[in-house]
Amino acid sequence: MTEPADQVARGPALEVKDLAFAYPGGTQALFGVDLAIGRGERVALLGPNGAGKSTLVLHLNGVYQAQVGWVRVGGLPVVEDHMREVRRRVGIVFQDPDDQLFMPTVRDDVGFGPANLGLRGDELEERVVEALTAVGMEAFADRAPHHLSFGQRRRVSVATVLAMRPQILVLDEPSSNLDPASRRELADILRSLDITMLMVTHDLPYALELCPRSLVMNEGTIVADGPTAEILADEPLMAANRLELPFGFFPALADAERRQGGGRSTER
Amino acid sequence: MSGSHAHALYYHGHSAVHRLAPETKLVAQVLFVLTVVATPREAFWAFGLYACIVLAAAAAAAIPIGFLLRRLAIEVPFVAFAFFLPLVGQGERVDVLGISLSVEGLWGAWNILAKATIGVMASALLASTTTTAEFLTGFDRLHVPRALTSIASFMVRYMDVIADDVRRMRIARLSRGFEGRWIWQARAIGQTAGALFIRAYERGERVYLAMLSRGYAGTMPEIGEVRATPRQWLTALAPTFVALPVCVLAWMQRS
Repeated sequence: MTEPADQVARGPALEVKDLAFAYPGGTQALFGVDLAIGRGERVALLGPNGAGKSTLVLHLNGVYQAQVGWVRVGGLPVVEDHMREVRRRVGIVFQDPDDQLFMPTVRDDVGFGPANLGLRGDELEERVVEALTAVGMEAFADRAPHHLSFGQRRRVSVATVLAMRPQILVLDEPSSNLDPASRRELADILRSLDITMLMVTHDLPYALELCPRSLVMNEGTIVADGPTAEILADEPLMAANRLELPFGFFPALADAERRQGGGRSTER
Repeated sequence: MSGSHAHALYYHGHSAVHRLAPETKLVAQVLFVLTVVATPREAFWAFGLYACIVLAAAAAAAIPIGFLLRRLAIEVPFVAFAFFLPLVGQGERVDVLGISLSVEGLWGAWNILAKATIGVMASALLASTTTTAEFLTGFDRLHVPRALTSIASFMVRYMDVIADDVRRMRIARLSRGFEGRWIWQARAIGQTAGALFIRAYERGERVYLAMLSRGYAGTMPEIGEVRATPRQWLTALAPTFVALPVCVLAWMQRS
């Protein structure tokens, strides 16, 4: 995906500079993270367990606050003063939909974010319908979340965040626990959204399919940043960061297929 | 409202009763049961009329009578108690089929039986036309404190999730040869309960993070602003309006 030059000119959607963080227990999770993501980019964040990916994600919307360095979202620093705006701009989709969906009906849940922003009545309903339509779940507004399939719950989770019309969508392991069909459906939905995206994932084919650019994180820092196909093809880099391709998966072949717009994964 | 988001007592339908605003149904239900309970027990005809009112409401809601009658099963313990009363009651006694029964006890038994049956049927009707989510909305609109409705809604939402956790842990125990039959195996049950508590606690933390991320600032947003129309109130309260004069008449007849 290439972004129009005028959008890049307005500055990055997300900037992280020299970010360091240690948990109250003393365990340091981030050792100076630097990254910038342009508007409209889709970026994958790769790395082994314990690399600090989740800690970084929770800094993006101010759940954790920078101890050293800073985070800016669309130019706005992530600090206590405008936390509400920061949380509107950054939408995080958590890994377990049962954590994300906590209201008795899908409609109430998708409406929770916009209602916190002060929307009511028709305006609120419009947001709910818009977000559910974007993920193809508009027919399920009155269902209870626990009566949906796992794939449907994941899609509704995405809608709960889209309803806040964020500038950046952050997804934590979006393809985990999905069956292959749900995984592909979610990919189609994510590709159809016109929004800046940061995707934390262990699913390397998914990263290649959806994200032209990847960041590799290990031991609390960003160790690589580049086109996903090149990163996945860099065997020493992959081995050094405990990243492994699935059996029979060849990034160069898959990337060629993706560029041609062919293949099963891009079918509609 | 549609879909399979209902509790076990719910009977799926689209009748006028299903569509009534939940707060009107809640208020109407409470007032109706109070009216029934306030009626003197001697007025047999009044209870007959109450039963007709409930059956008419059930017909309006398109709930099969059999469905409602099966819900009466919850009443069984009270009925057993009611049958016990005539046998142990004090005072004047009559002989029925060779058994000496207390007159006061018989009145007591009738009183419990009639009022409980009508009360349970009315409640079953409310439950079968109102979803859990609607109940919560109704309580919220009746100005039950937001903290209480929030707790109730979290309970409703996570009951199945936690029950699922319990089920998985049980299967995991069984798969490793646990039978749960001997006293020394009680320890494992205790540890399961402990693990469940920790899991629920951790989930609470994750849910809270997800709420914060969507702009939660300490108070739940109001669920619904739509108020019931006067017409809806009148419709919902109609059975109560019919029941009230019956109750008054019963008292006048008695004095």
